[in-house]
Amino acid sequence: MLEAAWLICAFPLAGFAVLLALGRRLGEPRAGWVATLAMAGSFVSSVAVFFSLMGRDPAERRFVVTLFEWVPAGDFSVDAGLLVDPLSVTMALFVTGVGALIHLYAIGYMHGDGDFSKFFVYLNLFAFSMLVLVLGDSLALTFLGWEGVGVCSYLLISFWFTDEANATAGKKAFITNRVGDWGFMLAMFWAFGALGSVRYLDLFGQAGSLSSTTATAIVILLFLGAAGKSAQLPLYIWLPDAMAGPTPVSALIHAATMVTAGVYLMVRVNPLIAAADAWAPGVIAWVGVATALFAAGAAMAQNDIKKVLAYSTISQLGYMMLAVGTGAYVAAIFHMVTHAFFKALLFLGSGSVIHALDGDQDMRRYGALRAAMPVTAVTFIVGWLAIAGVPPFAGFWSKDEILAYAWDSSPALWLVGIVTAVLTAFYMSRLVFMTFYGEARHGTDAHPHEPSRLMTAPLVVLAGAAVVAGGLNLPFTKDLHFMGAWLEPSLFGNEAHLSLGGGAQWLLALVSMAGAAIGIAGAVAVYLQHRLPASRVELPAAARAFYVDEAWTRFVGGPGRRAFEGVAAFDANVVDGAVDGVGRSVRAGGAWARRVQTGFVRSYALLTAAGAVALLLWFLARTSF
Amino acid sequence: MAEAVFVVSAVIILVGAVGVVASRNPVHAALFLVQTLVGVAVLFVLNDAHFLAAVQVVVYAGAIVILFLFVIMLLGVDKAEELRIEPIFGQRPLAAVVGAALVAVLGTVVITGADVLTGLRRAGGDRALDGDATDIERMGRVLFSEFAFAVEITAALLTVAVVGAVILTRRTSRSDGSTSAETTVRET
Amino acid sequence: MDLAGLSTGWYLALAVALFAIGGLGLLVRRNPLVMFMCVELMLNAVNVAFVALGAGLNDVGGQVAVFFVLVVAATEVVIGLALVVAINRRRSGATADDVSLLKG
Repeated sequence: MLEAAWLICAFPLAGFAVLLALGRRLGEPRAGWVATLAMAGSFVSSVAVFFSLMGRDPAERRFVVTLFEWVPAGDFSVDAGLLVDPLSVTMALFVTGVGALIHLYAIGYMHGDGDFSKFFVYLNLFAFSMLVLVLGDSLALTFLGWEGVGVCSYLLISFWFTDEANATAGKKAFITNRVGDWGFMLAMFWAFGALGSVRYLDLFGQAGSLSSTTATAIVILLFLGAAGKSAQLPLYIWLPDAMAGPTPVSALIHAATMVTAGVYLMVRVNPLIAAADAWAPGVIAWVGVATALFAAGAAMAQNDIKKVLAYSTISQLGYMMLAVGTGAYVAAIFHMVTHAFFKALLFLGSGSVIHALDGDQDMRRYGALRAAMPVTAVTFIVGWLAIAGVPPFAGFWSKDEILAYAWDSSPALWLVGIVTAVLTAFYMSRLVFMTFYGEARHGTDAHPHEPSRLMTAPLVVLAGAAVVAGGLNLPFTKDLHFMGAWLEPSLFGNEAHLSLGGGAQWLLALVSMAGAAIGIAGAVAVYLQHRLPASRVELPAAARAFYVDEAWTRFVGGPGRRAFEGVAAFDANVVDGAVDGVGRSVRAGGAWARRVQTGFVRSYALLTAAGAVALLLWFLARTSF
Repeated sequence: MAEAVFVVSAVIILVGAVGVVASRNPVHAALFLVQTLVGVAVLFVLNDAHFLAAVQVVVYAGAIVILFLFVIMLLGVDKAEELRIEPIFGQRPLAAVVGAALVAVLGTVVITGADVLTGLRRAGGDRALDGDATDIERMGRVLFSEFAFAVEITAALLTVAVVGAVILTRRTSRSDGSTSAETTVRET
Repeated sequence: MDLAGLSTGWYLALAVALFAIGGLGLLVRRNPLVMFMCVELMLNAVNVAFVALGAGLNDVGGQVAVFFVLVVAATEVVIGLALVVAINRRRSGATADDVSLLKG
């Protein structure tokens, strides 16, 4: 059954091919169903692979399915193979599972769109790229998927490209990601230079033989790539703008799956991190926690419902990076999974709201939608409690585990993390209160309504998952640490071990529960009871995301632009000049040489005779008498 | 005796060759060509290549030169050519230089190489010239054993040449009375 | 090389002279028919060399080569004359220099 792992990738690819060829003819809604069925098939394959992997001895739960020789070039050969191990299968499971639900939702959401089938072409291509990224057995193949999801992200953000802002947002996402990709590529080259291979199994086997400087450099460069893809400081700037895409895209790509690719990559290369200098994981942890705090702060003052969720995603990704940096790989993946559930849920819920209010995304014109949209409201509230860290919802368990490891690593990290948790509870409560409670502020011509079953069904499923996903990895006893045990073969014993006692863990958990309570209580005071005007909380600086975007604009528009222009001038004059010069000289030489071609047979005969003489002279000169 | 024959034929050959090049009238050139060809045939006899000598006279002097004369008469191009004019600038001096260089280089080759070559006499065998067989027998044996494939290709070459000549000179029945050959020329 | 033995060298020298005269004729004459005759001269020069060398080396291969050269010469004349006929139909009395459309 493990050999059939290629089916996981093959289903979305087949869906993509079918839709590419027949999408328009299939039309709405059949094109959507084809795409959804492809994802469902992929999910079923993932489940099958998961169970056959479960049936194996834990030590043998690593399997490479070589598909074909991809890049044969002398000593350098990259096979296209799939690395099937607990980590990649976990990723594949939730990518395909959440993906299938979001595909289903999108059938309802994209109803009536002129490019209905094209949307699903892109979605399936994205799913295929994401699965290649996850299952690839080498950095090169992962990079292929990495670029693939980048392209799909670009295409989907600017899906409604007739609006200038959407097209610009797509370009911004693509170009910002290129900065990170540069780091990824350098890391890949460096790894090949040092080890002669980019296959994961070779990297893992020989990570110990690397000098710590090399390992550190590779890790930091990979982290640059991860920071681009997973929207960490300072490369996060594309993600809030990426909300220009249709909401299912935001849910699938910019919350649940693609943006977690960076975290996945860092977890994947954990042997390299183990071989690196100690400060490298420290950098990762601090960047992560800083991103978490920063984005949570920015989320407090956003009025666009999707922007709030976007900053929230950045913040949660920061948590995951914090976990990676503190060696809590299991916690990172755990949080990634729970986050995929509740954030996809929140995005889809916000999509339902936007759908109900005819595309209005401004929360200031929402309010009291609970009565009109009960299913959306209830599921959304589940997602809210999950992300705010209220037990027993999924988010509490995963976030608490990360914070426990952070405390273990450095109390300062924990402190920033817990402040972030308070802010998270606050801004998510604010979002819920502004949307579903209070008085209705939308115009009288808007008639909010519950969307079709097609859209509410995924919400219910995801809400269920957001409630129970915490059970994947309960902290109480070692036996309940299902995910930790499951991922063990992928971590090579690099997972950090919690030195905290049970009592201390309880205490930390209580503190984070108190933090969540404080955050929610604060939001209640401001947005439900109005004891404090909202303008006191919503700082203008936070609304502008602390001017990071402006700083980037100023930098890129000023010295950056001059540098680019210099490079462009170099390219136009020196590089193109060389190429054009070759062409021009050949032309000039040809113009001169064409005069030899007189058209007179006798001239040609003369030249032939002269050539014969020259040849004979050459033979004579070579001959020794 | 052989030396005398060689010298006489050499003179005949060279005079004929110069005649071909220098005759203003192409009919005269063709006749000078016959002179040269017959001289060469004599040299073949001198080298015991009797069959080739016969072929030289029959095919070359007979068929080919007759063909030349036939075309000259057919086209009516037997008027004299003005040899003092040279339309292509520098053609004659350069031709003289190249010709002289050719003579010089080939002469060097002959002077330095002839003695080497004559030292490589083959001893006996099917292809040896000093056996009992006549030269026709020898050639036949070699042509249809060692060179059988080349002979077949030669047959194909002759066939292609005949077909090519027919196509080149064929008149197609067009309304404007032009031929395919004319069309070809016009298109170039 | 001595004349008395009538060595191969004399034949070769004659061949060189014949070849050069033919080549020179090809370069200076404009009448395509005469140019073809000059080509025949050059081919004959080669034939003389072949036969003489064959005799010198006691090998019938030289004569065989001449046989093939004869065949090639015959085909060449056939095609060449057909071309001359074709060109002359288009332009009566055309010389080799008149057909110079194929220039750079």
